[in-house]
Amino acid sequence: MSVTTQNPGRGSSETARLLSTVDPGRRRTDRVMQVLIYIAFGLAMIPLGWLIFTVVAQGADRISLDFLFQSMRNIFGGDPRGGIYHAILGTVVITALATVISVPIGILTAIYLVEYGKGWLARSVTFFVDVMTGIPSIVAGLFAFSLFALIFGPAVRIGVMGAVALSVLMIPVVVRSCEEMLKLVPNELREASYALGVPKWLTIVKVVLRTSVAGLTTGVLLAIARVIGETAPLLVTVGVTDSINANAFDGRMMTLPVFAYRQYSQGNAPCPGGDTATCVSDIASQNAWGAALVLIAMVLALNLIGRLITRWFAPKLG
Amino acid sequence: MAQRIDTKDLNIYYGDFRAVEDVNMTIEPKSVTALIGPSGCGKSTFLRTLNRMHEVVPGARVEGTVEMEGVDLYGPDVDPVAVRKNVGMVFQRPNPFPTMSIRDNVLAGVKLNNKRISKSDADDLVESSLHGANLWNEVKDRLDRPGSGLSGGQQQRLCIARAIAIKPQVLLMDEPCSALDPISTIAIEDLIGELKQEYTIVIVTHNMQQAARVSDRTGFFNIAGTGKPGRLIEMDDTATIFSSPAEKATEDYVSGRFG
Repeated sequence: MSVTTQNPGRGSSETARLLSTVDPGRRRTDRVMQVLIYIAFGLAMIPLGWLIFTVVAQGADRISLDFLFQSMRNIFGGDPRGGIYHAILGTVVITALATVISVPIGILTAIYLVEYGKGWLARSVTFFVDVMTGIPSIVAGLFAFSLFALIFGPAVRIGVMGAVALSVLMIPVVVRSCEEMLKLVPNELREASYALGVPKWLTIVKVVLRTSVAGLTTGVLLAIARVIGETAPLLVTVGVTDSINANAFDGRMMTLPVFAYRQYSQGNAPCPGGDTATCVSDIASQNAWGAALVLIAMVLALNLIGRLITRWFAPKLG
Repeated sequence: MAQRIDTKDLNIYYGDFRAVEDVNMTIEPKSVTALIGPSGCGKSTFLRTLNRMHEVVPGARVEGTVEMEGVDLYGPDVDPVAVRKNVGMVFQRPNPFPTMSIRDNVLAGVKLNNKRISKSDADDLVESSLHGANLWNEVKDRLDRPGSGLSGGQQQRLCIARAIAIKPQVLLMDEPCSALDPISTIAIEDLIGELKQEYTIVIVTHNMQQAARVSDRTGFFNIAGTGKPGRLIEMDDTATIFSSPAEKATEDYVSGRFG
């Protein structure tokens, strides 16, 4: 049976007129807003594109296997040897330690706020998390410094101090993003679990966390990306070194942002007789750009991993 | 395994607000009891007190007693988690766990409780529960696919399979067909007819034809006005409620004259 409405002829032009009426003002506003939004997008992209272009252009030449796998031990002046291995190692160790401290505290706090918290305690936790989000990073660094100075004396510089300073910055970010992710889990799933006679804690572990694991992982990785580039708190807590030190509980460590800052502030090296194979006058500046490029690549890699994990663990449909 | 439930002077509160007032009701074992009434009259709230799901909402509490075979479900020694293991529930919107396969959804009551179960026992439980929910033939070839990929009606039957897999004494259904098309609705209604051989079933529905088709006894809830508590107006055999109810309000409601 075909249902084809016969055009009554007279009505069709009437209908066409009714349906095609366009408010010219609305169409104009639409166009203007569209252009404005594209311009805003373009403006926002300029600094990002420019920054990545500059860092790649200035840093790519310095990248080599030696640069990635050697330290700066016994490298002085314009000596173009040496590398950032000690700084990469320091950044990885300190950031990993900060993550180990922050993630359990952050996720458990988020679980408390979403699943249990009510009344003044939950409100004050939320308030102080908000306040912590705004703490300047140097204040976090000084806090960790004075905390460890009280225990170990004033001259102490060890990696774990930096990890504590970064945790102070990281915990509120983890709490906030995980809280949002846990709130996204539909209440119906919690009720479905309760109705099967599953206790609350098992419901949280096996339904709520399992359903939101993709979002939680992304949140944690973004929090890591947020603190991995911190310079000031590490400068005051971890100090600087030219040697490889993988032990966060003994001695100073180097980190990528601090390395870039130190190299940049050294300025040009004196090379009597101009640049040669053993003396490059702007080598420190090149080292800084190379370290910056590696740091950006690490942040980018973390974001990519976050994307992939989101895809793997997302609840599957169909 | 079906059990009888009696409520005595049951008052249900959300904070200070009394949502349901003085319900005295007897729910017979191995029968289907339908609860009908206008929106907001407390049917679902009442249903949720029967397996202590009510108290999941902050500030919610009850007064009076809900007795299963003489044991007060709100007694001091009673564990709400144990109550919910014996009184299963199917919700208005199908809510399979999105991270689990069809098979794992059926086994959710076992797996979420960290109970060990052998592979062959699990296979038997999956098959018998899905048979019980009339879903086995439709999904037996794709047990490892996600449960959320099924149609709405199949998802709801999956939720029923999940509920009966924990072998409850009583099965509560909160408008189980209101999100489903007529064909899926018929499938669930047929299933309810079969399930009452083994379970005590309480179903909340807005569809009076459905109440008339599936239930043995019907309770009519009504509300005097906004902000007033809901009350059980009348409860009787379904045939009586729909042909010659004792109360005028019931007759008006079932015949479509209300408001």
